[in-house]
This record gives sequence, C-alpha cells and structure tokens, in this order.
Amino acid sequence: MNFLATLLIALKALRVNKLRSALTMLGIIIGVAAVIIMIAVGSGARAQVEAQIRSLGANLMMVFSASPTFTGARAAAGATHTISEDDAYAIARELPEYVASAAPSLRGSGQIVAGNSNWSTTFYGVTPDYFDVREWGLAEGRFFEPAEINGAAKVAIIGRTVATNLFGDESPIDQTVRIRTVPLTVIGVLAAKGQSPGGSDLDDVLLMPITTARNRILGATALAKSRSVGSIQIKLRDGADSKAAEERVRELLRQRHRLQPGQDDDFMLRNMTEILQTREESSRVMALLLASVASVSLLVGGIGIMNIMLVSVTERTREIGLRRAVGARARDILQQFLIEAITLSLIGGLIGVALGIGGAQLIGQLAGWPIELSVTAILLAVSFAAAIGIFFGYYPARQAARMSPIEALRHE
Amino acid sequence: MTAPLIRVDNLAKHYQLGDTDVPALRGVSLEIARGSFVAVMGPSGSGKSTFMNLLGCLDLPSGGRYWLAGEEVSSLSDDALAALRNRRIGFVFQHFNLLPRTSALDNVALPLLYRGQTADERRAHAAQRLCQVGLGERMDHHPAQLSGGQQQRVAIARALVGDPALVLADEPTGALDSRTGIEIMAVLQQLNREGLTVVVVTHERDIAAYTDRIIQFRDGLVVADLVNERRDAEADLAELAAR
Repeated sequence: MNFLATLLIALKALRVNKLRSALTMLGIIIGVAAVIIMIAVGSGARAQVEAQIRSLGANLMMVFSASPTFTGARAAAGATHTISEDDAYAIARELPEYVASAAPSLRGSGQIVAGNSNWSTTFYGVTPDYFDVREWGLAEGRFFEPAEINGAAKVAIIGRTVATNLFGDESPIDQTVRIRTVPLTVIGVLAAKGQSPGGSDLDDVLLMPITTARNRILGATALAKSRSVGSIQIKLRDGADSKAAEERVRELLRQRHRLQPGQDDDFMLRNMTEILQTREESSRVMALLLASVASVSLLVGGIGIMNIMLVSVTERTREIGLRRAVGARARDILQQFLIEAITLSLIGGLIGVALGIGGAQLIGQLAGWPIELSVTAILLAVSFAAAIGIFFGYYPARQAARMSPIEALRHE
Repeated sequence: MTAPLIRVDNLAKHYQLGDTDVPALRGVSLEIARGSFVAVMGPSGSGKSTFMNLLGCLDLPSGGRYWLAGEEVSSLSDDALAALRNRRIGFVFQHFNLLPRTSALDNVALPLLYRGQTADERRAHAAQRLCQVGLGERMDHHPAQLSGGQQQRVAIARALVGDPALVLADEPTGALDSRTGIEIMAVLQQLNREGLTVVVVTHERDIAAYTDRIIQFRDGLVVADLVNERRDAEADLAELAAR
C-alpha cells in the first residue's frame, strides 16, 4: 500500500471529524507557536545585549572617581575627581599584560551653539586612546592630532545626533560650535552607535582634546593642577582574564593613591564586560525557561493527540476489522493510524509556525521588544511536533494493528 | 476430476477461556468443489462461525489442515494470510461493513488499495463491479444514501473486485427484509452461475434453499451434509412481483 494513498485516507479521516481534529491540533498549535515566540523574544533580547556589548567596545573596564567615605555618606561616582590622567598612563604602562589601552576622560555638559541652532549635550575631554578603547570610528573628518591634544586646540568631534540637530543635512566639518563662549572647529563626525545598555543615546556627544576641556571649558584651576579626570576607560587585551585584570588595576590604583589596607577605595571599578555577560546569561536562562514552559504545552498537545487517536481506534474498530479482512496487513493498519497522528501534529505544527511568526512580530511591534526569528527554531519546533505525532501516535496505532480481525469485525 | 477449491482435514479450533479449554470445532473434514454454492447452517455455538473464520483465513486452526486452491493455509504467517484474503477471498457481512462517508465506488475499491494498484486502476475495476451488481448509477452515493439491499450489493461488488476464488457470505440476508434477502440471493446465484464458488452462512432454511448443498453444524461437528435442489431466486422474485 503506497504512502500517498495512506496520506489521503488520513486526511479524509481528519476531515470527517473537523471540530475534533481542530481541537486536537490546538494543543500542538499553541505549543509550537509558543516555542517560536519564546525563542524569538529570547534570542532577540540576547542579540540586543550582544549589540550593546559591541557598542561599548569589547572587554571594557571603567574606573570612576569616588570620594572616600568620611561620615558614612558617599558622594555620587564621578562627582569628585580623585583619579588622574597619570593614573590612566600608569595603568597602561604598568599592566601591559592585561591592558591594551587606557583612556582618561573628563565629562561635562552644556549648551552647544552653532549659528542659530543650539543643543544641550554631554561633552568629553579625551585623548586619542579614547577612540581605540571605545572602538569608535569616524563617519567623516579626522581624529585629533597629538599636537592638538598637547596644545589644547579648539577642535571638536561630534556625534551623529549632535551633528543632525545642529547642522541638519549640512556637513559639520570645519563649522564652528560654541560651548560656554569657547568656539571649537568641528573636525570629525563619529560613526553612529545607537543606544547604550542603559538606553541613552550614545551619539548625543561631543568630544574635544582633554586639555581643551580642562583648560578652556571646565577651567577649574584645581583640576588643571592635579590633572584629575572623571573616568578612565580601559580596554583589556583579547583573552585577558577580566577578573584578574580588575584586581591588578585595583591594586595599582590603591598603591598610587597611597591607601592603607582597610581604607576604602577612592575610586570605583566597573567591569562592563562582566556585567553584560551576566545580563546575557540571565536572558539566555530566561529564554530557555520560557521555551521549556512552551515545550510542556507541546507535550500536553501530544497527550491530547494520543487520547483522540485511542478514541478514534476504538470507534473505528469495525473499519479496522474490515480492512484486515480485505487484505490489509497489521503494518498497513499501523501505518494508517500513525500517519493520521503525524498528519494531525504536522498540520498543527505548521499552523503553529504561522501563528508563532505572526505572534512574535505582533509582540515585537506592540511591546517594542527586539524579535529574532530563527529558521533553526522553526525547523526544530516543526520536527518536534512531528516527533510528538510519532511518539504519541505509535501506541494507539499499535493497538489498532494488534486487533484480531475477527474480534474487530464482531465489535458493536 | 479437478482438485477441490477447499479441502479441510480434521480441522479443529480450541479457545482458551481462563483455565478451561473450549473446543469450538472438533475435527471437521470436507471438500468443496470449485463452482459450488454451499450453505453452512447450525445454531449459535455450533462452530459454524469458527469454521467460516478459518475458511476465510481470518484465523488459524489449532489442529488439522486446510488447503485453499491447493495451497496449505494452516501454517501461514499473519502477513501471508492477509495477502491470501486479498487475492483469493471476498467477504460479505450481515451488517455490510461499508466505510461511512465514503462513496460506493471507493468502498468497492478498498481491497485493491492493499494490492498497490494506482487510483485509476482501482476506480476502473470498482466501477465495473458496481455495474455488475446493478449500481452503476449510484457510484458516488455514500452508504447512508443507499437502501439496505443496495448497501449489500455494494458489499458484494467489494467482495468481487479482487477476482477472488471464493466468496464467503456471513448471514448476508440477516439485516434485510425477506424480499430484499431473495434479491441478494439472486445476485449470488447469478455470480455462482458465472463460475464463482460461494459459501453462505445462514440460520434460515429459506435462504439455504437457494444453494446446492447444505452443511449442518452442531457442537463443533458436521452432523449433516446434504445435496439440495436449489430454488431459483429470480423465479421467486417474479412470483412475488406478480402477486
């Protein structure tokens, strides 16, 4: 007996009991759709985290100024400047086995004016290492030259958001912007980076030589003297153990700041890579958890199929007897009912895929979550559905095949 | 003399009911020639159904031997028995056993499905057989749209579709009124005249009267095996119509 004929018999049997077939499929439909949606949402979330890691620059570690506790109260990180530019150079110099480069930066914010337009943004005084550490390229223009850093040149590189808001479609290169009355010539525009892990716009930024920021804009003499900075961003070498690197940086800074054992750090270390990896890990666990909950519903759907197939076998006992009498072998009967179960679960699976894809996209739009549909997940869900059909269809089909033709014919 | 279509030698069948061994058939030996029209009679529990199941290759004997068309059946595998039923035997049942919500044509074609014929071949053969039993006009009808007599004709067409050597009819008139019953017997007589071997199980003398030979079962044994002067079913129908 050929496969196509069996398939047609199965489809016909399913058509005869339309409502029952639909209800039986429902379990599989919901299960497959849920698996696909969960995996889409889960891997979307993971892809987002991965993109954030890339936006920060790989293997990033940050040091912020922090005031030592005096009375138990602690000032906000970066509010006082306890770390210096020289700390950054020391980190790069003393720990070459861990550190690829270390970039000190000063942070400020203010109104930027260009012609009639103005825009409030954050600006940073940086060294050329900054671009390396953040793995940040230019969309147009050029980087700072060493002479410009040393000479506190009045030049700036601006982020995409700033460029758009101040200059629209015009090229900002060689245009002049003012911050606190200081005119700066724009020499470059940063490549767009998008959102930070915290959700802020990374492209809403203006960069200038660290000396320019310190001497001309922030202008605090105390700052100038101590060469202190708000933060140091450290890029670790590829494959460097970030935990060990964190310890070494901490040791070095405590030593340079002459902190006694037992005394609190006067700086804060943030191992960004680690934080993001933890987030990635937790989103992976979450996705796995959701997918397994969805699989349970697939399993329940499978049990539903087995239930209905058992009922169907009992109902069609005489049909089985008749088929056996006119020459069907036990294996023909087994095949017939097995194919019926698989057809049921596969059709359910395909409907589930359609609903899952639609549902994932709907959720992505309504909730604004990133969605990543993967072909692997879809194939996996469909083959899982087929496997469930085989697994839960086998027992009823075997019951049917093992019936004695005589008793089956005599069945009322 | 040609070899008989059916030869059974000391055929026995026992059923195990709990601890007790129940003999249903206790040694039956007989032959049925090709082209005969035989009735098997007996009260319930006489072993006639068991005998029919064995003749139909639906079951294997516990003792004795059975040759169908010269082929020893007693020791065949389940699959071989299925193949034998498909090729050699056509069944007609008391309750027709047609597939519901399935056209007469597809019902008749069913046995050919297990022969690996293509859909076109199956339909062609089935259509031919339906015409033979006078239902050429009703091929697309479902069983529910047919009368009892028509349903039984569809069942007979199904029994014929595989060109069997033997048609086994188990109480073929049991679910029909007497006039329709005679009509069915007329169809079987006509097929028999064309050379088909037909064995009918019945408990009605009136029905057995349309056959050439009546085999009586009681307590698992053959108690009588008589030649019968067959009544002509067509003549009886004509008489009924004239009345």
